[in-house]
Amino acid sequence: MSSTTANLKTPEVSRKRGNKDKMILAIIGYVMLTVLAIFCIFPFILVVSSSLSEESTIIEKGFQLFPSAFSTEAYSLLFKYPEEMLRAYGITISVTAIGTLFGLFLTSMTAYVLSRRDFKWRGRFSFFFFFTTLFSGGLVPWYLMIVNYLHLKDTLLVLILPLLMNVFYIIVMKSFMSSIPDAITESAKIDGAGDFRIFMQLIVPLSKPALATIGLFIALAYWNDWYNALLFISKSELMPLQYYLYKMLGNMDGMRKAMMASGAVVNTDLPTESLKMAMTIVATGPILLAYPFIQKYFVTGLTIGAVKG
Amino acid sequence: MKQKQHGFWDDVKKYRSLLLMLVPAVLFFLLFAYIPMSGIILAFKQYDYTGGVFGSPWNGWDNFKFFFNSGDAWRVTRNTALYNIAFIVVNNVIQICAAILLFEVAGKWFRKITQTVLFLPYFISWVVVGAIAYNLFNFDVGTINVLLKGLGMQPVDIYNTAAYWPVILVVVSAWKTLGYGTIMYLAAITSIDTEMYEAAEIDGANIFQRIMKITVPNLMPTVIILVLLAIGNVFRGDFGMFYNMVGNNGLLFSSTDVIDTFVFRSLTTSNEIGMSAAAGFYQSLLGFVTIMLANYAVRKYDKDRALF
Repeated sequence: MSSTTANLKTPEVSRKRGNKDKMILAIIGYVMLTVLAIFCIFPFILVVSSSLSEESTIIEKGFQLFPSAFSTEAYSLLFKYPEEMLRAYGITISVTAIGTLFGLFLTSMTAYVLSRRDFKWRGRFSFFFFFTTLFSGGLVPWYLMIVNYLHLKDTLLVLILPLLMNVFYIIVMKSFMSSIPDAITESAKIDGAGDFRIFMQLIVPLSKPALATIGLFIALAYWNDWYNALLFISKSELMPLQYYLYKMLGNMDGMRKAMMASGAVVNTDLPTESLKMAMTIVATGPILLAYPFIQKYFVTGLTIGAVKG
Repeated sequence: MKQKQHGFWDDVKKYRSLLLMLVPAVLFFLLFAYIPMSGIILAFKQYDYTGGVFGSPWNGWDNFKFFFNSGDAWRVTRNTALYNIAFIVVNNVIQICAAILLFEVAGKWFRKITQTVLFLPYFISWVVVGAIAYNLFNFDVGTINVLLKGLGMQPVDIYNTAAYWPVILVVVSAWKTLGYGTIMYLAAITSIDTEMYEAAEIDGANIFQRIMKITVPNLMPTVIILVLLAIGNVFRGDFGMFYNMVGNNGLLFSSTDVIDTFVFRSLTTSNEIGMSAAAGFYQSLLGFVTIMLANYAVRKYDKDRALF
C-alpha cells in the first residue's frame, strides 16, 4: 500500500525521508532506553548514597539521592564487628561452592545419559524428570519430608540439597550435548572406553561453554537463596548471607544483640537506617563486582534456553 | 542375521553403566518430588505430630471446606491470577519495545551499556529488592515521601494502604524482569532474516513500516509461545517477591495475598497443616490443568515448540 506511493517518488526524496525517519526513531530509541536504564539503575544508586549518609540527616530529612552529609559510620561499624557477617559470608560461599560443583556434575551426567540416542529408555526417563515440573505435592509434604523424614533441619545440607538439580537445566544441557556429533564418541566406544569415561574425558571438555553458563545459573541461585534458610534454619551460625540481611532488615534489635554478643560496646542509638543500607550493599557487593564479567554467560544461557533443542 | 530375543534384564545389563549414572538424579527426584506427592493425602487428614503423614486420622473434605468457607480461597486465587496476568501483559509489552529499540539504535557502546544496565536487577535477590522498597516507601524516611514533602504535599503511608500495592508490584516485576525478557526477544529479532529488511529497504519502506510489517510479525511466534507458557503458570505466585515486598503485614493482604504466601503462613505461623496441604493441593491441581491447556494451545499453534 505505502510501498507503491513510495515508488512514485524519486529515489533522492525517499532517501531523505528515510533518513528523517531514522533520525526520529533514533531519538525515540535513545530517549526511551535511557529512561529505562535510569529506571533500572536508580534504586541501586539510592541505596549506595543512603548507606553513605549521616544517620541524623536521614532521620531529619529522609533518604536522598545525593547525601547532603557524607558519612562512612555505618560501614565502619559493620567492619568493626564483622564476626556475624563474615560467618554468614562463609556459609554462603561454602554452600555456593559445594552446591555448584555437585549440582553441575549431576546435571551434566544426567543430561549426557538422556542425550544418548542409543539409550532405549531415554524417553521414559526424560518424562520421569519432566513430570515434576507439571505437578507437585505442594509446599507442605515437601517441607515435612525434609524436616520429619530426612531430619535436615538446621544442617548445612538443607541449604545445598533442595537447589541441587533443576529439570530446566538438565533439558538445556541435554540439548547442548545432543549437538555433539556421535562420531566423536563412536571411536572411543570401539576402543573399549566405558560410558562414564566417555562422559568425563570427551563430553565434559566439549561442553565447557554450556557448563560455564549452567554453572553460573546454579551459583547465582545458591548465592541469592534465602528461602530454604527461612524454612529450615533457626541457628544463627548456619545463616547464609541473604537470610542474615533479611533478619537485619526486619529486626535491628537482633543486630544490636549480635554485635553485643561479639563483644561490641554498642550505644543504644545505632545508626539503624544507614546500617540497613550498608548491610544491603555489603551483601550485594560480590554480585555487583562480578557482574560485568559473568553477564555474557547468562545472555548465552538465555538464548540457548529460548531456542529449545 | 536374526536378532536374538532379549528381555528386560538383558537391557538392564546392556545399559548398566548409563543406568548407574542416572541413579543420583532418580534418587533426588524421588526424595524431593515423587515421595512428597504421596503426601497429598495430608489434605484429607487431621494432622498430628505423633501420627505423622501416614498415621494421622482421616477427616475427609473438612480441610477443603474450611479453606473454601473462610473466604480466603477466592481472595488468594483471584490475586494470584490477576497479578500474573498483569505481569504477563505489562512485562512483555515493555520487553518487546525495549528489544526492538535496542536492535534499531545504532551506537554499539550505547547498546552494550544499556543491555548491561537493564539486566542488572535480574541478579539481585528478593531480599535486596525488599531493602530497596523499604528505602523508597518507608513512611518517615522513605525517598518517595521525601519527594512529596519537598513538593509541599502530604506524605503517603504506603505500607498501610492496600490500594497502592497492585501498582507497586507490577512496577517491581517489570523492573526485575526487564533485562531478562529483553535479551530473549533481542535474540529472536537478531535471528530474523536480514534479506527481508533489505528487500523492504529497496521497496522504499520507511523504518517504522519496516518495524510494523517485518519485525513485529516475525516476532509474533516467539511472543505467543512465551505468553502461552507464562499463562500455564498463572496460578503460581512468586513467593520471594510477595514475601519480601509485603511480609506478614496483614493490613495489605486484601490486595497482596497470593496462594503461595497463604500456604506458607498456614504452615509456619498458624500451624494449620491440614488446611495448608489442602490449599497446596488445590494450587497444584489448578496449575496442572492450566499447564496442560497452555501446552495444548502451543501444540495447536506450533508443534515443535510445545513442551511435550
